[in-house]
Amino acid sequence: MRQVAVTGLGVISPIGLNCSEFENSLRQGISGIAPIRSVPCDGLKFSNAGEVRGFDPLCWMDARQASQVDRSAQMAIAAAAQAVQSSGITFDPLRSAVVTGCSVGGQPTEDAVYRQLYEEKKTRFEPLTIPRIMGNAAASWISMKFGIQGPCFNVSTACASAGHAIGQAFWMIRNGVADAAVAGGTEAPITFSLLRGWEAMRVVSPDTCRPFSKDRRGMILAEGAAFLVLEEMQAARARGALIAAEVCGFGMSADATHLTLPSSTGAALAIRLALEDAGMRPEEVGYINAHGTGTAANDPAEVRAIRSVFAAPPPVSSTKSMHGHALGASPALEALATVLALRGGFLPPTANFNEPDPECDVDAVPNRARELNVRAALSNSFAFGGLNAVLAFRACS
Amino acid sequence: MEQGCENDLVSRVIQVIAKSQHLEPGAIKPESTFVELGIDSLDGLQILFALEEEFEVNIPDDAGKEFDSIAKASEGIRQLMEAKQAAASGA
Repeated sequence: MRQVAVTGLGVISPIGLNCSEFENSLRQGISGIAPIRSVPCDGLKFSNAGEVRGFDPLCWMDARQASQVDRSAQMAIAAAAQAVQSSGITFDPLRSAVVTGCSVGGQPTEDAVYRQLYEEKKTRFEPLTIPRIMGNAAASWISMKFGIQGPCFNVSTACASAGHAIGQAFWMIRNGVADAAVAGGTEAPITFSLLRGWEAMRVVSPDTCRPFSKDRRGMILAEGAAFLVLEEMQAARARGALIAAEVCGFGMSADATHLTLPSSTGAALAIRLALEDAGMRPEEVGYINAHGTGTAANDPAEVRAIRSVFAAPPPVSSTKSMHGHALGASPALEALATVLALRGGFLPPTANFNEPDPECDVDAVPNRARELNVRAALSNSFAFGGLNAVLAFRACS
Repeated sequence: MEQGCENDLVSRVIQVIAKSQHLEPGAIKPESTFVELGIDSLDGLQILFALEEEFEVNIPDDAGKEFDSIAKASEGIRQLMEAKQAAASGA
């Protein structure tokens, strides 16, 4: 069977505007959660988020293009360009794919034009409003930037979007539909209207994100993008590419129970399917990058799911404690963190961890990264709507 | 008199919950719990929203978590309205 190598990595995030900054933050346990600056939060019950600071789109595109592209796609173009550059790949246009995960599309544009329409009573919109808002904008821009003419699409499955996206890209390469892919996710959800929406869900923490800690008070919203270049293993080796890790399994499932309350059964099914797809025994897994939102409901359900699959669970950390929850992009940020952990011989910590919770009985790698070489790892993503995506990776020596 | 106000508040809470959950008001008793009424966490969020709109109060997240019966919801709303009135008369 064809194997799939990860040969390129790129990221724009609250904890780094490139992979080395991102890895350094993971190793140091540095959190990018801070008071929200980009929109006024007056009257909101929370005021912190994981914002991307210091991102200059003009480092990645000219002013004309930047004006045509929403922030969500700008970050995606930048992260994808980093990934392609680090991979050194030359794409065969018809044998290459782009798969993105983006849940809410061009929200900053949408929010701005609705303000113009309803508040400022403007009667004329900027003509590129629609293509800026569309959820597939990032996928389209990436295909144009690199001349990729094969399968190109966006997946919108809330907080599992990029997990499903990377999984589809992996399967297409393994199954011979494509030989290479740019796969990942992007999200720019920090707008006043979406913040109000999340406030009404009563799942956002008033301070910070403390996954698996007894005093956790909820999730922290974030923005960002992360992309991987995936390649058929033999082709990657033949051209002498640096292989960061192998994507070796993907499992997906639906809870089919409740819109927002997670089911440990559905999550466990996706974990089992990913292991089966990878031909991996549970005891081979040395690290799990958790969905780990830090909400009252998610973390115990996720631990129950993990414990139902693993007799002795490996260390389980949530990097959302550092980069926050960038919705559809989160699985890409976390897949990247998992690949960096395998490549770099360390386990990223769960930051902001204060107190063990008997309901979340796992080794959460509290607060300090751990130097440890592991051979295989999983990355979990469980979305609102009960949609689950789990990716399995192996280290490449 | 006070007892009457109390009853009035409870029946308003019942009306709000009945409307939000598409239940017959008569099916909801002052002693009903949300579990008995088949109200889950997501229904609970919608009820908090409906109560905030009806009584013009803001229910903090931690207080809202305690709203798991008609009695607790009514008592929580009574306290929030008292606090609001006290703040208004103090100002």
